[in-house]
Amino acid sequence: MTSLNVPLNNSIELSAPPSLRFENVEFNPFGHRLFGPCSFTLDGPGPTLVMGPNGAGKSLMLRLAHGLLTPTEGAVTWSGTSAPRQAMVFQTPVLLRRSALANLRHALAVNNVPRRLRTELALEALARFGLSSCADTPARVLSGGEKQRLALARAWSLSPAVLFLDEPTSALDPAAIKAVEAAVQEFHKQGTRVVMTTHDLHQARRLAGDVLFLSEGKVQEHTSADIFFRAPVSRHAQAYLNGELVA
Amino acid sequence: MKKTLNLVLAAVTTMGLAFSAHAEDYITLASTTSTENSGLFDSILPKFEDTTGIEVRVVAVGTGQAFEIARRGDADSLLVHDTAGEKRFVENGYATERADVMYNDFVLIGPADDPANISEAKTAAEALSAIAETEAPFASRGDDSGTNRAELRLWESAGVEPGGSWYRELGSGMGPTLNTAAAMDAYVMSDRATWVAFENRQNLKLLFEGDKVLFNQYGSLLLSEEKHPHLKHEMAAKWHNWLLSDDGQKAIADFKVDGQQLFFPNAQ
Amino acid sequence: MEDNAFYVALSLLVNLDASLYQIVVLSLQVSLLAVLIAATLGFPLGAAVALWQFPGRGGVIVALNALMGLPPVVAGLGVYLLLSRAGPLGELGLLFTPGAMVIAQVILVLPILAALSRQKVEELLGEYREQFVSLGMSRARMMPTLLWDARFALLTVLLAGFGRASAEVGAVMMVGGNIDGVTRVMTTAIVLETSKGALPLALGLGIVLLTLVMAINATAYILSEMAKRRMG
Repeated sequence: MTSLNVPLNNSIELSAPPSLRFENVEFNPFGHRLFGPCSFTLDGPGPTLVMGPNGAGKSLMLRLAHGLLTPTEGAVTWSGTSAPRQAMVFQTPVLLRRSALANLRHALAVNNVPRRLRTELALEALARFGLSSCADTPARVLSGGEKQRLALARAWSLSPAVLFLDEPTSALDPAAIKAVEAAVQEFHKQGTRVVMTTHDLHQARRLAGDVLFLSEGKVQEHTSADIFFRAPVSRHAQAYLNGELVA
Repeated sequence: MKKTLNLVLAAVTTMGLAFSAHAEDYITLASTTSTENSGLFDSILPKFEDTTGIEVRVVAVGTGQAFEIARRGDADSLLVHDTAGEKRFVENGYATERADVMYNDFVLIGPADDPANISEAKTAAEALSAIAETEAPFASRGDDSGTNRAELRLWESAGVEPGGSWYRELGSGMGPTLNTAAAMDAYVMSDRATWVAFENRQNLKLLFEGDKVLFNQYGSLLLSEEKHPHLKHEMAAKWHNWLLSDDGQKAIADFKVDGQQLFFPNAQ
Repeated sequence: MEDNAFYVALSLLVNLDASLYQIVVLSLQVSLLAVLIAATLGFPLGAAVALWQFPGRGGVIVALNALMGLPPVVAGLGVYLLLSRAGPLGELGLLFTPGAMVIAQVILVLPILAALSRQKVEELLGEYREQFVSLGMSRARMMPTLLWDARFALLTVLLAGFGRASAEVGAVMMVGGNIDGVTRVMTTAIVLETSKGALPLALGLGIVLLTLVMAINATAYILSEMAKRRMG
């Protein structure tokens, strides 16, 4: 298994976010097609919101892009010579059975950050996400919102060039959702390419730079948020926005 | 985390030290359960250690296993009770010398109501024939020990081929065999030493004793230096000679349980 | 009164005579050291089987599971033949020493620790896998993280191993020889007293052994519950 990430000291703030290309990507394990074939490029400023009905293949698309799954056909490519440093925040945050601080230190350690820098960087990330007071609290006794913020802090501490979020707010209360959205904006402002799935139209309106609309395992529409919410091109997206039940 | 690790390391080191720090002046003696269980060794070994400074570590097993341990070179000395087997052991070159040390005797034990009426028997052979005739349960060691071998010789001399549901081969040591016999009210042949020291008698009683064929001779063997040069032959020889000396013989005679002498020294 | 095993056990504990103390200490030393060594080997082995796919992996899992039921006397016999002067490792002179008993118990405990830790680590890996891959962790790097995060489950596994080690008699009897003051442990002492027909004393020793094992289990339970409550 090779590392998905380039060394941490690469400065990412100044360069434009790396662009992502899906080239005839298909995912059909056991001969059963779950995704694709489809081609698209994410090279706008973002954030990119991935939308679509249940089972449209949103999560699959994120996992294929992040490299958790390997496409059966086609290729996922990045601008530049190698894949950029990436992080992913899952719907249910996966946290280690140790303190919040230790969770961040672990992530830094596996990314070869020198030991003497880890605590400092970890505390900085906790502070940024309002978790300073929870540093020594076991991660698994935190509230749902705190857990998701910790997952974001972990991603933050790794300074990713690309951040994937898979319905990060679907299980959270409004206050927690607000905190997560603020964090997403913050990542975006720092020049990170943000790709996020959501069910929530309002959330998509608040965050999206462009929208990738999936249905039946295929990309039906990829337009700027402005166009998508005003005058969607595809029939699927029109139906979806009108609140019709779309398969 | 680090503290725990240090603690564990410290523990391992001390344990390792504890294991390696054993005395050099000791020999390993393979012997039989009858001598160990009766308490003979507890009585005589301190006397030997006092005079020579040599510790004797006893591995008490059945005679068959004791021979095997000595044959493989895992014991420095051998004290068992199977004269024929001991002589063969010398003939086969595993031991250079065998000497009579002491004897005790076998006794026939059985349920107090004595259904085969062996307490009236004149000889051991007669007693065993009576048990076979009445088909009263008989518990045999069945473990190729010295006692087991002696028992099989007795059946042969009684002209009985033991078998059938009344004859139960247990494949156990003397103590477990007595425990089992007590539980199923069976006849059993035991060495006197184990019987006298045995505490779980329940309904069992000594029913027959005194026939000369029941004498149980113990022999000490000097193991072959040629076969196993690594053994502590010098110390083993001291032990062998002490057993045969006046001091050793007296120590054996002085060992008593409930005022009863269990082993009778008879070194030549 | 003297025939009552509980009375015997109590007076054994209260009087704590030197030879009983020695037997108890040796029992604990041998079993704890064996479990410690088995854990150092068995936990990484279990985690490795959980993490890596390789040909014959199913066979390894079945073998580990089956060896959990390895009869102690068989392990004892194997170690006896290995350490006997006539055997390949005879030169070490380990037969009839506590060291031999440790080796035999390691062989008994290792499959338990490896098989059960394999299961626990695999469960945890199912939960963590995507996050680990996302963090760019290699399988080798996942191993220590998984073992540490499974620590409460592994403590139970460790106790199961200790239970097996402290309860078995066949292996230590065979390779230790039950030598008074040298290799006599609780279980072999119980066998010896039983063979002398001293059943109350044997049972009394059994109660002492059980009390010890219970005390160790209770301590481990309390410590892990306290830690668990803190760690969630």
